Amino acid sequence: MKEGSDPAMRKKKRNDLKEAAIGAFFFTSGILAVLVLIGIFLTLLATAVPAFREIPVGKFFGHSRWDPTSPEKAEYGLLSMIASTLLVTAGALLLAVPIGIAVAAYLSDVAPWRVREVLKPVVEILAGIPSVVVGFLGLVLFGPALARLFHTANGLNALNGSILLAVMSLPTIISISEDSLNAVPKAYSEASLALGASRWQTLVRVKLPAALSGIVAAVMLGLGRAIGETMTVLMATGNARSFPRGLLSSVRTMTADIAIELGEAPYFTTHYYALFAIGLVLFVMTFAVNLAADVVLRRYQERER
Amino acid sequence: MKRILLAALSLALAGGLLPAAPAGKMIQIKGSDTMVNLVQILAEDYMGKTPGAAIAVLGGGSGTGITGLINRTCDIASHSREWKPKEIEQAWKKGVTPKLFVVAVDGLSIVVNEKNPIDQLTMAQVGALYRGEIKSWKALGGSPKPVSLYGRQSNSGTYVFMQEFVLGNKNYSADMKEMNGNAQIVEGILQDEGAVGYVGVGYLYDENHRIRKGLKVLKISREPNGDGFLPTDRAAVESGAYPVSRPLYLATDGRPKGDAARFLSWIVGPEGQAIVEREGFFTIGGGKYKASNDRNFQ
Repeated sequence: MKEGSDPAMRKKKRNDLKEAAIGAFFFTSGILAVLVLIGIFLTLLATAVPAFREIPVGKFFGHSRWDPTSPEKAEYGLLSMIASTLLVTAGALLLAVPIGIAVAAYLSDVAPWRVREVLKPVVEILAGIPSVVVGFLGLVLFGPALARLFHTANGLNALNGSILLAVMSLPTIISISEDSLNAVPKAYSEASLALGASRWQTLVRVKLPAALSGIVAAVMLGLGRAIGETMTVLMATGNARSFPRGLLSSVRTMTADIAIELGEAPYFTTHYYALFAIGLVLFVMTFAVNLAADVVLRRYQERER
Repeated sequence: MKRILLAALSLALAGGLLPAAPAGKMIQIKGSDTMVNLVQILAEDYMGKTPGAAIAVLGGGSGTGITGLINRTCDIASHSREWKPKEIEQAWKKGVTPKLFVVAVDGLSIVVNEKNPIDQLTMAQVGALYRGEIKSWKALGGSPKPVSLYGRQSNSGTYVFMQEFVLGNKNYSADMKEMNGNAQIVEGILQDEGAVGYVGVGYLYDENHRIRKGLKVLKISREPNGDGFLPTDRAAVESGAYPVSRPLYLATDGRPKGDAARFLSWIVGPEGQAIVEREGFFTIGGGKYKASNDRNFQ
């Protein structure tokens, strides 16, 4: 008996070691993401703060004229770009959220198996289209169409950007919402149907609320994509610096401005630091969105219990 | 005859110098940011073909180059504007006699949509349009359509050229749409009946070398009621009659000698001018720019 247990002991020891190694590997991977995040934040902060040695904070956030290379007087007012970014993003979500959730509900509850098997991969392929291509479509296809539709001189405006960003964030919203709808336990809908509710009532009153956490996450991820997207809006919105006068005016978002100016801003000048300050503002905005999503989710899950 | 003599002389001179200093003397060129890429490419091509030649090119702006030449911290100044009277005075005081050579011509075409009835504008009108002072084409005698401005982004040399040269160093209108390249400006104008834009001449043509359908290139005049010229009229650009163009200069202290002289005459020769054209600038042609260059070489 004694001879037999020895190899088993050794095997167990080896397994323990292996498990510890795997544990350590996953721990480092997890920590790495946190370290990278902290590193990026600190770099941004360190490069952004010197901007405020010369630009008063109140002027940076409260003034709407941005013209760092002006031959008359350099201006660093971010207000119109913040408004533009919010306008384009809000427009995109207004279009993408209802459509996205409707498509997700259709795919999970209504569509026949065959349609579903075709539609889902097609939606996912949509996510793979390069943003330059989407932007070009905005320039030559959506732009002229919008101009005809609204009788404006051109279609290089916030609405064009919103439509394109909606198209780009749809795959994320559809895919994740559909997954969370499918993850709702079958017993929920069976119970609802057994109580005499129609399929529509079951979908709207039972399944959608049950899947809400996943749907909120999907919308937030779509929002993140829309705020951070650069190339598409750079090509489609016209990049005028003026304060947006509505969805049909040409706007310049914060991401587009960084993309336009960072390549040529001389290093370690106020202009250079100011662009990093815009980056910091974007970072804080996406961070706030994620935090809000987290809080909403947690509250919802607590109520669930 | 004189030029051949000069070339022979400088060759002999260089020949005498080369064994003593095998690396040769480094030619320092400083100045215009508009020209820095062009001059860099010219220098690289020239160095590749001429063993022993060493040329260093720096930007910093036309003013930096001119000051450099006055203070003798560079051998050649590149500048895209004329010398100011004060700078000439300073140069004379320090015993520097600048000799200017036109090596290329920088120019832009002003384009509108084909449906716009306007055919000709003055320089002042183009400036006023881009400063946002004229909001409707009606003010210029056109249809009552709002003006939509198309321009480049602030990282482009063309943006700066327009701002300095046509807007008189004033701010662009905040409503100008800032497009990501010449081709996008053209796309925008094709769709927009109220559009006006500025693009390099190379972007006007389709694959058959005709002006693209839907575009109209405007005649530009220097003065109100003056004659307008088209940027597609080579003679008008090379003579300086087309107003939205400016000569780009390389300047030396006194008549250029040795390596600098050979580099300069190579640039204004056929090989250099072929590169100038390939980089999107106009060549100097055989008119007044060539004549003034020839005078300054002698």
